[in-house]
Amino acid sequence: MDINKLHRITNNQWCIEPANGMHVQGIIFASEELILEMDEKVYEQVCNVAKLPGIVNASYAMPDAHWGYGFPIGGVAAFDPQQGGVISAGGVGFDISCGVRTLHTGLTAQQVMSKQNELADILYKNIPAGLGSTGIIHLNKKQMDAMLTGGARWAIERGLGDHADLERIEEHGCMQGADPDQISDHAKERQKNEMGTLGSGNHYLELQKVVEIYDANIAKKFGIEMDDIKISIHCGSRGLGHQIGTEFLKRMVVSAKGHGITLPDRELACAPIDSKIGQAYLAAMRGAINCALANREIITHLTRQAVKKIFPDIHLELLYDVSHNTCKLEQYEMNGETKNLYVHRKGATRAFCPGHPSLPPALREAGQPVLIGGTMGTASYILAGTEKSMHLAYGSACHGAGRNMSRRKANKLWRGGRIMHELADRGILIRSPSMRGIAEEAPAAYKDVSAVVNVADQAGLSRLVAKLEPLICIKG
Amino acid sequence: MITPHWEHFEHQADMGVRGFGNMPAEAFEQVALATSAIITDLQLINPTHEINIFCEETDQELLLVDWLNALIFEMSTRKMLFNQFKVYLDNGKLTASVWGEPTNIKRHQPAVEIKGATYTELAVYKSQDHWVAQCVVDV
Repeated sequence: MDINKLHRITNNQWCIEPANGMHVQGIIFASEELILEMDEKVYEQVCNVAKLPGIVNASYAMPDAHWGYGFPIGGVAAFDPQQGGVISAGGVGFDISCGVRTLHTGLTAQQVMSKQNELADILYKNIPAGLGSTGIIHLNKKQMDAMLTGGARWAIERGLGDHADLERIEEHGCMQGADPDQISDHAKERQKNEMGTLGSGNHYLELQKVVEIYDANIAKKFGIEMDDIKISIHCGSRGLGHQIGTEFLKRMVVSAKGHGITLPDRELACAPIDSKIGQAYLAAMRGAINCALANREIITHLTRQAVKKIFPDIHLELLYDVSHNTCKLEQYEMNGETKNLYVHRKGATRAFCPGHPSLPPALREAGQPVLIGGTMGTASYILAGTEKSMHLAYGSACHGAGRNMSRRKANKLWRGGRIMHELADRGILIRSPSMRGIAEEAPAAYKDVSAVVNVADQAGLSRLVAKLEPLICIKG
Repeated sequence: MITPHWEHFEHQADMGVRGFGNMPAEAFEQVALATSAIITDLQLINPTHEINIFCEETDQELLLVDWLNALIFEMSTRKMLFNQFKVYLDNGKLTASVWGEPTNIKRHQPAVEIKGATYTELAVYKSQDHWVAQCVVDV
């Protein structure tokens, strides 16, 4: 990105002054190095989002921002329905409520290393991964509708999860306001055999070891100690979310003109929040959020079963579950007034501050855990929301590394088998149905997530708590 | 006259698909081949099963996205991969026959599943004597 077009506010915060139809400024959180590496398209997309009706304060980009669809990936924007604010299917993305959850295992590194191969094999066997895989559950219409309104709560009521998990999931595991009638038969058809599946691409299940603690106080409150073994799961709303994204994107493209909205980019398709289509999307997207929450809960259940086969006395407890492709109604104080805003986070994690009422009592003092995934060969990080993050970008932080190389290029450069061997030499076991998939997901095809989380910490978006390195990775 | 063909083009996080043909329908067939090739090597697919697809949309560019999304829906729900496409276009009506087989994970080694076709870099246009159809797909 051309740094000369930006006005530097602080070391890690840059401003794009409103111009050419932008209603608000653009704010990018990044170091000088990250700005220089960012695609010029991020600049263009931050500016385009700032042109949408009813946007409040600024169009934000997180330190891991990269070229997305309409919104940059790593984009955050809030809209006020009282000012004609919009909701955008592109601003949420295709993989609605894609997210990460991290589980405590209570296992020691020594226990895991003596059974590393067995664990990798049983996790791979138990958790359906990759294209064409189907889950253990097949939903009829009634069950589908119950899942879409119940989320993780629905899974738990069916014996596919633990009740204790609920308070450690955003929205307590169940997004209110979902309406299955706003979700097409096509979307439901795509999902009926996919509950409890990991998917493919950058989705994974990883067994990780804590290798560094940055904030001992918060780590203790999160239940994290050096050498702990954790399990993290990254996946989303599967075919249902993809289909809802696809269908509403088109409906919003076609209806924009009728709503008097000029789209700077078709991918920014949106509709007034208070319009019929805006409300329909909101109700459908909330159903997709529930689908993602149920999906991660079921995968957790399968993971618990798998681990118990090797360590019968071990029960995995949930640290937290975050979503990073959503639009949520949140309240913010502005100029002494309480505003109800629709906050879009596209490839951005919610990062609520200590004391926030939506956090469970056990985590309230520490702030919301922010779970940042790495690649199968590099570290993941756990951060915590800060008071400052609430003022900087509606309590939001980065979500991951982001690619720095296309799949095509990665597939030309590397072979999956070779990468598997190299990682095995470093003590990381990979299990995947596709060698080509491994090549395309090679660690070197991604940016350095460490630089991203350091900026998130320094800018005050969240506070670094711990670093985790992979020992086993199940890839779709 | 050109020989119909396809290519992938770079997109940071995802993949661009582009088809070239003498007529729009031929370019639409080629872009479908490019889409399947994101998932697996086209030569690994046996075109033993035929299915039919129909879409309707007056805007030719939106029709391209509808066509690819219809294909993605069929791949996803039928758990199939396709490598032969015959497309007919008539006044915004697209009728297609596509051939492929059920996904065999061991043999096809599917690299990634496709979430949806997008409006990013979307274009259908005539360039000198041939047609080009393209967009980015989210994987």
